[in-house]
This record gives sequence, C-alpha cells and structure tokens, in this order.
Amino acid sequence: MLRKIRIVVSVVVCALLTLYLLDFAGFLPAWLQEIATIQFVPALLALNIVVLIALVGVTWLMGRVYCSSVCPMGVYQDVINYLSKKINKKKRFKYSRPLSILRWSVVGGTVVAFLFGFTFLLGLLDPYSAFGRITVHVFKPAYLAGNNLLEAIFTHFGNHTFYKVSIYASSIFSVVVALVTALAIGYMAWTNGRIYCNTVCPVGTVLGFVSRYSLYKVRIDESACNSCGSCGRKCKASCIDTKTHTIDYSRCINCFDCLKVCSQRAMKYALPSSKGSKLTAVDESKRRFMMAVGVTGLAATQIFADSKLLTSRNKAKRATAISPPGSGSAEHLLDKCTSCHLCVSKCPSGVIKPSFTEYGLGGIMQPMLNFDHGFCNYDCTVCSEVCPSGALLPLTMDEKHANQMGQVKFIIENCIVYTDGTSCGACSEHCPTQAVSMVAYKGDLTIPHTDVSICVGCGGCEYVCPAKPYKAIYVEGVDKHEHVTISKEEKQEIEVDDFGF
Amino acid sequence: MKALALAGAAVTIKESNAMTLMTQHFSPAAASNYDLVAVMGGEPAAMFNKAIAELGGIGRFVKKGQKVVVKPNIGWDKAPEFAANTNPKLVSEIIRQCFSAGAKEVVVFDHTCDDWRRCYANSGIESAAKAAGAKVVPAHEESYYKTVPLPKGKSLKTTKVHEAILNCDVWINVPVLKNHGGAKMSIAMKNHMGIIWDRGYFHSHDLQQCIADVCTLSKAPVLNVVDAYRLMKNNGPRGKSEADAVLTKGLFISQDIVAVDTAATSFFNQVRDMPLSSVGHLAKAQELRLGTMSIDKLNVKRIKL
Repeated sequence: MLRKIRIVVSVVVCALLTLYLLDFAGFLPAWLQEIATIQFVPALLALNIVVLIALVGVTWLMGRVYCSSVCPMGVYQDVINYLSKKINKKKRFKYSRPLSILRWSVVGGTVVAFLFGFTFLLGLLDPYSAFGRITVHVFKPAYLAGNNLLEAIFTHFGNHTFYKVSIYASSIFSVVVALVTALAIGYMAWTNGRIYCNTVCPVGTVLGFVSRYSLYKVRIDESACNSCGSCGRKCKASCIDTKTHTIDYSRCINCFDCLKVCSQRAMKYALPSSKGSKLTAVDESKRRFMMAVGVTGLAATQIFADSKLLTSRNKAKRATAISPPGSGSAEHLLDKCTSCHLCVSKCPSGVIKPSFTEYGLGGIMQPMLNFDHGFCNYDCTVCSEVCPSGALLPLTMDEKHANQMGQVKFIIENCIVYTDGTSCGACSEHCPTQAVSMVAYKGDLTIPHTDVSICVGCGGCEYVCPAKPYKAIYVEGVDKHEHVTISKEEKQEIEVDDFGF
Repeated sequence: MKALALAGAAVTIKESNAMTLMTQHFSPAAASNYDLVAVMGGEPAAMFNKAIAELGGIGRFVKKGQKVVVKPNIGWDKAPEFAANTNPKLVSEIIRQCFSAGAKEVVVFDHTCDDWRRCYANSGIESAAKAAGAKVVPAHEESYYKTVPLPKGKSLKTTKVHEAILNCDVWINVPVLKNHGGAKMSIAMKNHMGIIWDRGYFHSHDLQQCIADVCTLSKAPVLNVVDAYRLMKNNGPRGKSEADAVLTKGLFISQDIVAVDTAATSFFNQVRDMPLSSVGHLAKAQELRLGTMSIDKLNVKRIKL
C-alpha cells in the first residue's frame, strides 16, 4: 500500500512538473509552478522558510520521502531502474558500504563554492535544477518536434488547433551539460539504482542526515526475519545490510520496495518499538573530516573566484550581459540562481538564454537575455513569476514597465537611414517607451534618436534592426537594474469634424 | 472559379480610371457610382455597413463559395483603445458580411511584431473573429510563406507571401490609421507588411519603395477598409500610451489603395501635420500605376452619420 502511494504520488508530481516545463502553449494552470517552489534547493536559496521547515519536518517525521516522491530526478532514476529491470530480469542490488566521506565532501565543496560566488556547482548538482535542464534541453526539442508533426497533420485537414514552433538550441553548452547529466545519472541508475542520490546529491546527503533521526522508519523485525536477504537484493539504495539486519537510514529513500518483497512480513514502516533496530554506526571522525573538506573547498573556490576576473566577456559586442527582469542585478542572480532553466523554457518570446561565461565562471548556464529570436515583451512578467529560487523576484506590471535591465546604444555609422539615405524606423517602431524615437533628418527622412533615461532594455530595437552585417542599435547590460520614470501623457481631446479632403 | 475571376477581370480591365490594376478579382454585379466612400461619426460596424452599401454591397466583392481572407493589423500586444491594431468590431462585421455573401470560409491572420499569441488575444481580434465564424491562423513561422515574384517592383523583385493569401479567392485589407516613425503613415499599403515574411529586407532596401512594390502583388485586395475609428497620432506604429490614440470615428473604403491611403492621410493631417509629399510610398505607388493620389478626380461619397 505505502509503496503504491509512493509510486502514484511520484509519477503524478514528476509528470506534472515535466509537462509544466515543456508546456510552451500555456495550456497548463500556473499553479503547477508550485512544484518547483517546493523543491529543496530553490526553497533554500529563496529562503522560503515555510517550505524548508515543511521539508525538514516531513523528513524528520517520515524519512526521505522527498527523495522518492517529490524530487523529479529521483523519479527519473526510478524510471530508468524500472526499465533496466524489464530488460534484465535478474537485476539484483546488494548492500554497499556508505561513502560518507565522499558525500559530505560534495556538500562541503558545494557550500563553500556557493559562498564564494561559484553557484555553478550547486546548480550542476541540485537534482531539481539538473532535471529542469534535462527537460528543457533534451526532452523539450522532442516535444516541440512532436507538436510540429501534429500541426502538419491537423492543419492539412483544416484544423488549426496546433501551430508550428521553431526548434533551436539556445545554448550548446547547456545542451551538452544536460545531455551528459541525463546519461551519467541514467547510467548510474541503470547499474546501481539510487547511487547518485547517496553519493553525489547534496540534497540527499543533507536530508539523509535528518532522516537518521526520523520517527517513522522501515524497521526489521528480527524475530520474524528468516534472513532470506531478498529485501537487500531489492533495495535500490543498497542500504540494507541483511547480514547484520541493519538499515543505513541516511541512505534509505523510503521507496518501500523491501516491504513488498518480504515474505515474512518482517519489514515494517513504523515508530520505534522496544525491540528497536540497529542504527548504522556513525564515524565520529566525520566532523573533523568535514572541516578539512571545508578548508580545501575554500581554497579551491578562491582560485575559481579569482579566475572569474580573468574571464573574457568580449565575445559578443555586449560588454555586460543583460540579466532577466526581476533579477535586480547579475550579482543577485549569481547568488540565487541554480540554472533550472524554467524561465528559459517559459519565456513566451524565447529571449532568455543560458549564459556561457558572460557572468563569469560561477554563473555559467544562468539566464541572460538574447535578442536573436525575439525581444522582451513590455507587458510580460512571466519569468519573474515562475522562478522558484528567488533569483528572479516577481514584478508587477508597473514595476516591469519601469525596470531598466539594459540601455540602448545607437551606432549611426551602421544605420540604414545614414548609409542608404532611405526611411527605416524599425527600431523606434518596436520601442515601447520611445526611448528610441524618429527625429527629423535630411528632407523628409527621420533618423533614430535615443534617450537612455527611459530605456527599459527590452531589445526590440536590436532584434529588428535590419542593418547588416552589423546592427546599428543594441542594448548594453547594466550592473544594477534601475527604476526609470516614464512621464505619463495626458490624453488630449481632439475634435475632428471634417474629412480633410 | 478561375474562369469567373478571369471573366470579371476582363470586364473590369476596360474601366477607365486608375483602378485597373487593383481589380483583377472584381466582377461587377451591382456597379457603384463611387470610387471611394468616406464615413464619419458612427460606430465601426455601422460605418462599414453604410460604406459598403454605397459601394454596391459586399456581394460585389465576395462571391458565393469563395475563400476569403480578412487581413487586419494585429501587429501589437495592445488593447483596442490604444489604436495600435484594427478595431475588432470592424473585423467582426466584415467577416459577418462575407459569410452573408456566401463565403465558404473566412481566414484572419497577421504577421505580428510582438509575440503573436499575445497580439491575437489582447487585440480582441482573435475572439471577435472566431465568434464571427472565421478561422484565425498563425503567421509567425517562415514555413507559412511562399516566394512570389513581383515583376513590377523596383526595389522588391520577389517576396515571401503568407499561404492564406495565396490560397484564397479574394482578400480584404483592413488596416488601422496610424502614424509611423519610419514610413510616416501606416495605412492600407503598409498593412501589406503583415502578409509577407521578411520585413527586414523592406527596411534595408528603401522602405518607401518596397511598400509600393509589395502592392504590385498580382493578387491585390478586392477592397481596402481603413479603420479610423481611433487613429494613432504619435509614436506609431506601436504607440506609448492611450494618449497617442484619438477617437475620430472615421472609415474609408475603396478598391484604389493609393486613393484610400491618400484620403486617410489627408484625414490624419487634420490631427497632426502630415503633408502627402512626406508619405513617400503614396507617390511611388502612383508611379507604379497602383492607383491615384488625385482624389478630387474620383467620385467620392462623404457621409456623416
């Protein structure tokens, strides 16, 4: 029963989150974003106390149910494991010794790296963010291709329910990272079950620490146990030592597979009884070790942090990357973003792209604006609303309208009006605040005039500028988003009572 | 169908005014005395009803069983009050009349500037058109467009046109009257930039000439209906705020695209100084024999409701 509940909950949660990440047409309700909000690392970065207390509390009460039912990466591994068992019917697990030193090294290293502004590592290892990237960069192209196939069929028969979407890799680096993550974790799951969760995943390690003290646990009733060992062979966390009748609760993810397989009903998920069950001994030297790890990690990240200063940002003409609306500054983004790429996927205009080294090494894969395929819609606040980690804070429409994330730069030497002496005005046409306006030039011609004080940095001008090979107008990022004041114009009453011709 | 269209063209080609190029799909059933009808002072639907009646009824332009495209301006993610897009009530009335004339299907689309889904929804046009029974089709992907030669064009010799236009029997051009930073005015001719794919080419190859050139498309609109219920006075074609819109309650309708744009520009000139000579594409289109700027030589009906 418990196992069935676990399976149903995990499949529903993971499927909804995956569909939410894939959904480009907006047919799913917005509240599904909450599934991202209740993930551990985003909640931690957003300092979402309610979710953190709930997650730790549930773990203390019931063990690592987060890892088996809420974490999408956990479910991904379970699916891979399920498939592997279909292929290899003789697949068996066996107890392995805990790799506590490795686990806590990863946690220590990640924490230290994060504190030194190298958020990339946390983003890389966080299971939710890694799953987000896999969905956005690996599954989504397939999903879009499927949509286009359906579109072709339906449209052929005169039904316009579907529409075509373009498929392109917004960042090769992120695609590679997502693909490698999917294959690496998939391979580990195929061969060793939940080994990622119990050796690498920092969330698994932290929650594993809490779950050692959890009230409800899977317990072995030694009086009923006939030592057949089948629970251990079924345990995908490899945490049941059938020889000593002990379970390593720091690794047990409460999948309840063992409960089902025990023919003697000796496995019980229960509160502690007088008989009790043996707890795996904890190495007391762990604390000392962790401190050593901390110091090493500290030194290592200092090196990374220094190298950040040497990063070349001159690949693009833009010297400063444009951080998305709601980020406030690239600095804030760096502190909070784990690169789950939910904003990348949800941006209706497709203008958010994972960075490479534009934010420095610590910010690799964090979102930035790119105007190759579109520009930031003036009346859209989607990215700021979906972010689960507080890297992008929600903007109201008024705040968005006054949020300057970049400033327009005009290069007259490249402008069509200047070079060809013909009309254009495409930039001004797209400018929502008229920070780019057309002013009198030669004869009846008009030429762009810029006013950075009212520019919001949406990139409409840059996207649409037809000048080749170099655009005549672009947006330069700002270190800190500013609040611009756009004067409100009074509506004039104009009476027209004649045709004028 | 083709034979009917050809027969219609053969008859109309004899007409003496400058409309000859515009009327290739026009078969006169109940001929009208007027080349251009201007209406003021009513609601969008009422003004259109009055104007089309004066022009001999929709049946002159849309025949039973035809596939019709109604092409409004849906370029921007803006509500109707901003005058950035064609008024949805006008679009809806035109669709209704097309069906009453026996149209088999009516298709509505625009190649938008802002995100097309938001434009379609927030302009109010998608829901109005669907409610009137039209199909609203997307136009945001290059694959919806097919290359068409424009042998009469000067700067623009070929362009990619949306398949809905290429597949229809007749299309009705329904722009909104707006100021435009680059082209000076955005009316019926400029509205053609929503049926083609590559607008960047226009902007980089003499915009005013390209606007005139694209109107040499052999499948010209059978009717141009200029929505001036609200016009955009400043900061066009997108506009900054509602202050850019002026409630002028006007409507202009003609088969002559140059004449209707000239009339609408003159109307606009009352709100903001806009000499006809500054709107380069008007003279360039007249030079291409697409129509006439000499409205005084046309038979114009002016109606105040």
